[in-house]
Amino acid sequence: MHTEPSDILTISGLKKNFGGREVLTGIELAVPRGMIFTVLGPSGAGKSVLLKCLAGIITPDAGVIMFDGSALGENDFSRRDFRKRSAVLFQGNALFDSLTALENVSLPLEQTTQLDKDEIRARSLDSLRQLEMEDFRHHHPGELSGGMQKRLALARAIVTQPELVLFDEPTAGLDPLRRNAVFAMIAKYQRLARFTALIVTHDVPEAIVASDRVALLENGQIRFEGTPADFTSSSHPVVSMFRDSEAALRSTILSIRSPEPLPS
Amino acid sequence: MIRPIGRISLDVIGGLGDFSLFCGKSFLSLPRSRKLWQRFVRAVHEQGAVCLPVVMVVGVFTGLVLGLQGYHVLSRFGSEGLLGTMVSLSLVREMAPVLASLMLVGQAGSALAAELGIQRNTEQIAALETMGIDSIGYLVAPRLLASLLVYPAQAALFVVVGLWGGSVSGSMLLGVDSGVYWSAVDRAIEFHDLIECFSKASIFGLLATSICSYQGFHAGLNHATSGARAVSAATTRAVVLSSIMVLMSDYIISSFFV
Repeated sequence: MHTEPSDILTISGLKKNFGGREVLTGIELAVPRGMIFTVLGPSGAGKSVLLKCLAGIITPDAGVIMFDGSALGENDFSRRDFRKRSAVLFQGNALFDSLTALENVSLPLEQTTQLDKDEIRARSLDSLRQLEMEDFRHHHPGELSGGMQKRLALARAIVTQPELVLFDEPTAGLDPLRRNAVFAMIAKYQRLARFTALIVTHDVPEAIVASDRVALLENGQIRFEGTPADFTSSSHPVVSMFRDSEAALRSTILSIRSPEPLPS
Repeated sequence: MIRPIGRISLDVIGGLGDFSLFCGKSFLSLPRSRKLWQRFVRAVHEQGAVCLPVVMVVGVFTGLVLGLQGYHVLSRFGSEGLLGTMVSLSLVREMAPVLASLMLVGQAGSALAAELGIQRNTEQIAALETMGIDSIGYLVAPRLLASLLVYPAQAALFVVVGLWGGSVSGSMLLGVDSGVYWSAVDRAIEFHDLIECFSKASIFGLLATSICSYQGFHAGLNHATSGARAVSAATTRAVVLSSIMVLMSDYIISSFFV
């Protein structure tokens, strides 16, 4: 895979098996710096596994992940450097129930930096302020709505000023209005904090509007990569099948509701 | 026939190795752990204050039963005056460390395994690791440290309320002279009995807390189940294994002190 100096993350030949089932079968991908890059794909395509391999939660069976020009190992300096310079926003937010919003946001600074108490508090409050969560700093995650928890998780992710933020299905289980709000929030804070966003999702319309580049993952392989405009106009059969699934459903429903007898 | 035995043996050896590494990592992370004091205090509260009523109730009733049974056995030989000796030595050497630990396993140990299991299944542990935080040092190490303080303290409390329970049934209800009872208690307990009591309680605490932490921390990782079933299975394994290990190690430690 050709690597551009502007790419913050490049993945080549990434493979992962679970119990003999190949989930990732040789991923080749380059994520340009400072962009919102979305990996689309149907459920079970391997999107979350890809993200967890990048985050170091799952160890891939084969392949190379390069972050800012250095190959990531399992427990070496490059992985520690990656963890310092990146953040992950989990599907279920992964907030600590026993900590308040402010303590949740302060946690990575308290545990991984040498900053003094006042500096940690100031940076955490600033992060909460950016996400319009300052008034809820003494609330526990259980007292917040789903959207607020998502904002709190993003506040925690950006408090360390990461260069790369990985988003695992950020809109899973949300209604269309909240999905729009989450993508708008990502786009807004990506612009403000200038991090690179790598999102895995199956929400095509929102991703196309909010992303700078999109890729389609299907059956453990990247089938398409390009701009949202390329994706919309692509005649690639897998892309059109995934992109036009709503039209296909409409056609199926119309045929079911038609007066013609259903085929046995 | 040989193959399954071999597989089980390898699994047991592998599991023990994994558990030992887990415990080693927990202790090694202590010097590097930040804000340890806050998490230590919270762990002391979880294991200590929350479990206090249960330990006290069980301690009182154990003392009451020891007083009652001891009186009827000793009265056959006309030795009711030794009731204080019997109750105090039974409590200090065996009942207090073992029963207090089993109560703590049932309440604090199960809660610990379930909490860590849920944290594993809701990706909170993965989140710590992606933030570059040592998850074992953050979640497990303060609990292990707290167990070294809480288990002996709860055993001591168990002894105190158990002795009072013994005096209620022996002196107040069955007529043994109160002065004779407490004098026998005073003469019976020696320094090495207290050492035995606190050594046992500390070892039980470390064993139970590390087993419960290990089971919760790995809920759904080493087994085929996930989600709520994994947490429930991990909690059950934690309580059963901890209880068995408390009783097994009690025999081994007692054989050194007797």
